[in-house]
Amino acid sequence: MPSTPMIGYAHVAKTFGRVAAVDDVSLDIAEGEFLAVVGGSGSGKTTLLRLANRLIEVDSGTITVEGEDVSRIDPVALRRRIGYVFQSGGLFPHLSVADNIGITPKLLGAPVGDIAARVDELLDLVRLDRSEHRDRLPAALSGGQRQRVGVARALAARPRIVLMDEPFGALDPLTRDALGDDYRELHRKLGLTSVMITHDMTEAILLADRIAVMRTGKLLAQGTPAQLAASSDAYVLELLRTPRRQVERLNERLPLGGAA
Amino acid sequence: MSLLSDPRWGEALSHLPDYLGNHVRVSLAALALGLIISLPLAILCRNRPVARSVLLAFASIVQTVPGLALLALFYPLLLLAASVTLSWFGVSFSAFGFLPAMLALALYSMLPVLRNGITGLNGIDPALIEAAQGVGMTERQSLTMVELPLALPVMMAGIRTAAVWVIGTATLSTPIGQTSLGNYIFAGLQTQNWVFVLFGCLASAVLALLVDQLLGLIETGLRQRSRARTAIGGLGIAALVAATLVPSLARTSASYVVGAKTFAEQYVLSSLIRDRMQEAGLSATARSGLGSSVIFEALKAGDIDLYVDYSGTLWANQLHRTDIKPRAELVAELKTTLAKEKITLLGELGFENAYALVMPRKRAEALGIRTIADLAAHTSTMSIAGDYEFFSRPEWAALQKAYGLAFRAQRQMQPDFMYAAVASNEVDVIAGYTSDGLIAKYDLVALEDPRNAIPPYDAILLLAPKRADDERLQAALKPLLGKIDIATMREANLRASGNDANSSPDAVAKWLRERIGAGGAGK
Repeated sequence: MPSTPMIGYAHVAKTFGRVAAVDDVSLDIAEGEFLAVVGGSGSGKTTLLRLANRLIEVDSGTITVEGEDVSRIDPVALRRRIGYVFQSGGLFPHLSVADNIGITPKLLGAPVGDIAARVDELLDLVRLDRSEHRDRLPAALSGGQRQRVGVARALAARPRIVLMDEPFGALDPLTRDALGDDYRELHRKLGLTSVMITHDMTEAILLADRIAVMRTGKLLAQGTPAQLAASSDAYVLELLRTPRRQVERLNERLPLGGAA
Repeated sequence: MSLLSDPRWGEALSHLPDYLGNHVRVSLAALALGLIISLPLAILCRNRPVARSVLLAFASIVQTVPGLALLALFYPLLLLAASVTLSWFGVSFSAFGFLPAMLALALYSMLPVLRNGITGLNGIDPALIEAAQGVGMTERQSLTMVELPLALPVMMAGIRTAAVWVIGTATLSTPIGQTSLGNYIFAGLQTQNWVFVLFGCLASAVLALLVDQLLGLIETGLRQRSRARTAIGGLGIAALVAATLVPSLARTSASYVVGAKTFAEQYVLSSLIRDRMQEAGLSATARSGLGSSVIFEALKAGDIDLYVDYSGTLWANQLHRTDIKPRAELVAELKTTLAKEKITLLGELGFENAYALVMPRKRAEALGIRTIADLAAHTSTMSIAGDYEFFSRPEWAALQKAYGLAFRAQRQMQPDFMYAAVASNEVDVIAGYTSDGLIAKYDLVALEDPRNAIPPYDAILLLAPKRADDERLQAALKPLLGKIDIATMREANLRASGNDANSSPDAVAKWLRERIGAGGAGK
């Protein structure tokens, strides 16, 4: 990669107590790339994500965002320019959908009128009905709608980078599929650089350009699905076998050319 | 139906604007101060476990101090503070009434506010605090935009508890000079006016319930994010505060305050003096139910203008004298000593209200007891009851020493209940008051004091330093001096101990004024 990466991890390490959550990880994410970080629970994938916007501080190593060392950027300013989608939404229950979406522009001091217009634009973007949803409280939304609002909130301040922590994990399969496709489309249309955490290899293969596999804090492998398939690591190959087995079983049980 | 048609309800009702207004004012100020202190503390220590437990422990300890004691403690503390600021900065403030009551009640309100504040803030889903950080909030923005709004319903529940506690405890601020709904209860208890006691209890209960319900409305409004409920609750509270405060603010404050201690005779005398002053064209109010040690300090500081004390009480408690002098000599010496503190001893009312050991006449005769010396032989099998201060007074020590008294047991009692207790042999002897009408009513006898262990207790009129040269006031009071003999005071006290419409202090004072014919002389 000749140009500077959008996000760059260089020999990054982080320990909690005696547990090495992230252990000497180096990883570059290019502009416009959609990277999925796959791993089981405790693999350090969420820690890796949070180090990028300094929700967690590194112990050693360097992280750059758009070429800048993040340790030299004010963490609050850094977070305002990076979109973040939380697991199961993380919406503020006392704020309406519109206020949730408009929060980062508001923190940045955008005029009220601009925020309102931006909120409407974002509701359209994540395909939620403006008049129906704008003034609702999060409690009145379905899980999928909540996650769409979460995505809209992450995009509100026009970030170039979006970090997503298992964004679609808690959703039913149909909603999950629709939302994944919609996000992938947004990623392309807006020219975003996206990093998504998931434990689901199928989701990673279907949505991401590249996949990074983590286990016990270490980065085992990274690359396109095809590159990963050539890996010599047993764990990586095992992860890749699962979706393939699912497909085979599906084909076996669900005759092609049927109604589905 | 006789209970409902009792004219004392009307009398109680006529005090309501004053008592309720003052009650709400001191409660409101205390709650506001409590919130101003507790809420920032709760916010500051929400992430500091050590500070949190120290603070909660402190607030819990405050809570275990009985309300009356806490209120009483603030009076000497503030007196000390006032004397310090006077000597350092040349400014003094009143340590009486509103200030100590407000401070003590504010301290009392801290525990529920702190506890719920901390619980509310700590109970927020950590994922939401993380989300607040993630969208780019500073710590302060996270607090004001996310944590506080989310903790508000729980905090409101704490404020609600605090409000009810403060309103209830504020009834105890009467003895330190803050007018409150407690005035009904204290006065009623002292003069056995159960209508007043009931009225005071009902009024403070209704006030507490109303405030509780309105704050509850705000709380559920916040919880359910219903603006309408919150607004109705808020408007209700505002209306309640306005309705209770406006009538009492509209009243012009009286220029003279007549103090009274906590027993019936004092209530009657303060009413008598107030009426006499009003008759002479001076505006006056009575501030009754003041603690025995509070009242003298309040006079000295000018918080009250005048009151009736007893020569022997001041002799022992203020001058710390243990020797005994004849009545006239003692008053004369008291007068010169008090004059050094610029307090005017205007003169004697005429009667003496001394402590006396009292027992049923028949029993005394059967045992051949006429004097305290006779009693001494029997004390090892007898019990004695006295008022709340008697056993810690120097007279008791002097009595014990002079006659070698050693009772089997001693009990403290509400003064008005002592006489009935000794008449029914609940206790064997009581330390009663010579001017009490109940001595005759229950056929009791006051034992003689041949060794003069008990000093004379002439009722004397004291004026505050700032009234030393107030000739108009002194002229108005002169007609009362020397007019009330012991028989008259006993009968007045007996009337006041009754439990009917004619037994209220005001009614007895009116009777007393007609009896002594003091009316008109000052005009």
